[in-house]
Amino acid sequence: MPDLDRDPVPGHAGADLTLTSVTKRFGSFTAVDDLDLVVEQGRFFALLGPSGCGKTTTLRMVAGLEEPTRGTITIAGKDISRLKPYKRPVNTVFQSYALFPHLDIFENVAFGLRRRGVKDVAGQVGRMLELVELGGFGKRRPGQLSGGQQQRVALARALINRPQVLLLDEPLGALDLKLRRQMQIELKRIQTEVGITFVHVTHDQEEAMTMADTIAVMNHGVIEQLGSPGELYDSPATTFVSNFLGQSNLVKAEVVGRDAQDVLVDAHGSRLAAPAVRARRTSGTVWAGVRPEKVHLTGGAGGDGSAPGPGANHLTGGTVSDVSFIGVSTQYLVRMPWGQELTVFEQNSGARDSFRVGDRVDLRWTSEHTFLLDADQDAHAGDESYAALTEGAAT
Amino acid sequence: MSAADTGRRTSRTGYLLLLPGLLWLVVFFLVPTIQLAATSLYDPSGSLDSGYAMTWSFSNYWDALSTFRAPFLRSLLYAAVATVLALVLAYPLAYAIAFKAGRWKNLMLVLVIAPFFTSFLVRTLAWKSILSDNGFVATTLQVLHILGPGGRLLATSVAVVTGLTYNFLPFMVLPLYASLEKIDLRLIEASSDLYADALTSFRKVTLPLSMPGLVAGTLLTFIPAAGDYINAELLGTPRQYMIGNVIDNLFLVQLDYPAAAACSVVLMAAIVVMVLVYVRRAGTEELV
Repeated sequence: MPDLDRDPVPGHAGADLTLTSVTKRFGSFTAVDDLDLVVEQGRFFALLGPSGCGKTTTLRMVAGLEEPTRGTITIAGKDISRLKPYKRPVNTVFQSYALFPHLDIFENVAFGLRRRGVKDVAGQVGRMLELVELGGFGKRRPGQLSGGQQQRVALARALINRPQVLLLDEPLGALDLKLRRQMQIELKRIQTEVGITFVHVTHDQEEAMTMADTIAVMNHGVIEQLGSPGELYDSPATTFVSNFLGQSNLVKAEVVGRDAQDVLVDAHGSRLAAPAVRARRTSGTVWAGVRPEKVHLTGGAGGDGSAPGPGANHLTGGTVSDVSFIGVSTQYLVRMPWGQELTVFEQNSGARDSFRVGDRVDLRWTSEHTFLLDADQDAHAGDESYAALTEGAAT
Repeated sequence: MSAADTGRRTSRTGYLLLLPGLLWLVVFFLVPTIQLAATSLYDPSGSLDSGYAMTWSFSNYWDALSTFRAPFLRSLLYAAVATVLALVLAYPLAYAIAFKAGRWKNLMLVLVIAPFFTSFLVRTLAWKSILSDNGFVATTLQVLHILGPGGRLLATSVAVVTGLTYNFLPFMVLPLYASLEKIDLRLIEASSDLYADALTSFRKVTLPLSMPGLVAGTLLTFIPAAGDYINAELLGTPRQYMIGNVIDNLFLVQLDYPAAAACSVVLMAAIVVMVLVYVRRAGTEELV
């Protein structure tokens, strides 16, 4: 085992990365807008968002490749916002890898050590190449390596310098799906092993949820929500987060009351309950949301409008409009009486009935899986398939 | 159709495509080169009127080298100095065009190429007036006491090297620009991310990656400069004559074909050897 698991910084705690009201403008375009962020030492932190949301700009400001228009960036309390990139205790794994084509793998990895005049370059590079499972590749040129191997060289080249923060800019973007999965696990393993803070920029929500222990969802230069993958998934704060991380059914509803822990709403004539802790809004018009895999279908009796049993939410009168068999699950589209199509994922465990297009169905789910969002927000914000669809229709 | 058939077909097509170029090379390069080499070994006592006998007179080479040693060395020296000067001028220029010019990039490239729209001869003649004794360059330098009273620019080696540098500068700029322009700026970012300041990034990343252009540019400058005779003819005196002037004189004035041919072959061989050594030293095969 390479000797990499000792603390990169003595005194472990307190080497947090802090961004304070950081703003970056390019001309009249505001890429990052008054951003406040604390990344604790040793975290695997993901900045997640669609392209153009400002996540890469944020990363580049931490690296020193862009200068903030306003605000400060500190690491372990030391202001680095105006330092040149080569004076910062951070290293970057670039999206394109940016390996030096004129140097072999050994010299690529040794680059940072040589610039700082570190001793025992050969030993350290050897251990680092072992860590990324590229021992014996030292004499090759970057051009002779596959995408996945180049990716690991890029990681080794940054990691060997034991930065206080390692920045990863869509590091797996150029890899095919299978390799990406493999590298996700690999990256997570390496991060746990070296204990360095990783700040990982990605637009792939699955990638962020697989690897990161904290995710900040960014949109239009601001952080929409920050939390653990579970928190973000179960209690999205905005429609954007609810659509960008996984899928959501959002049904328009009116708040009608409260009981002990629940907010009660009326959705097109049905009474739904949502835990108050998961309600972002507790009065007026709201989006009542539920994840498609939380919903179960039952054969519809024809919409008797019966009140939901305790702890259960119930929407009646749906008609199956589409069935896609995915393997582990079946994806249903159900058209509701008010015209909206809702999505339901049923596990193909054999325990549930299967339905065909045209079947009358009711939707049931446990009320604790319901969340309430501000109805002023666009129900399709962050829904990439919807955006693609409407864009296609417009052209 | 089988794969073997396709393979044969394409290779035959390949040869057919090569044919015009090969023919051209045989007629205009191979035959003249052999003729030149043969001429260099003719009996030196022959003449155009009486004809030349092939006597395998290798002594022609010895005679040429000993008689024209000075212009030979002068050619190599002038060409080397002009190449270094052109490199010093061209690298920052090419760098600026590649990385800093922004929307002026195309205009600047056109300006680099613009001199080619007038003849080499005319441009060199223009330098004759620029460097003339009463020209503003000479008078300014005299005022500044860099040039002594009555000191001249024209008819000196300075003038010849200046002319060579000027005339071959575009051949240095263009390949340098081409290879600098290809450099991925993210590599420079990566280098600065890995603790290299601007100067170190240049030494360790930009310069090595521009080596192919640097080698091509120095060759494209040095080779024609070493064989040039117009600059020495127009801007110098016989004391600045280069080997090109000697060959010109031997062929066209003295009509001493064997000696002229021997000088040409020596010049060619010297350049080929130097280029091979240089390219091997620069190690560019690995970069391409």
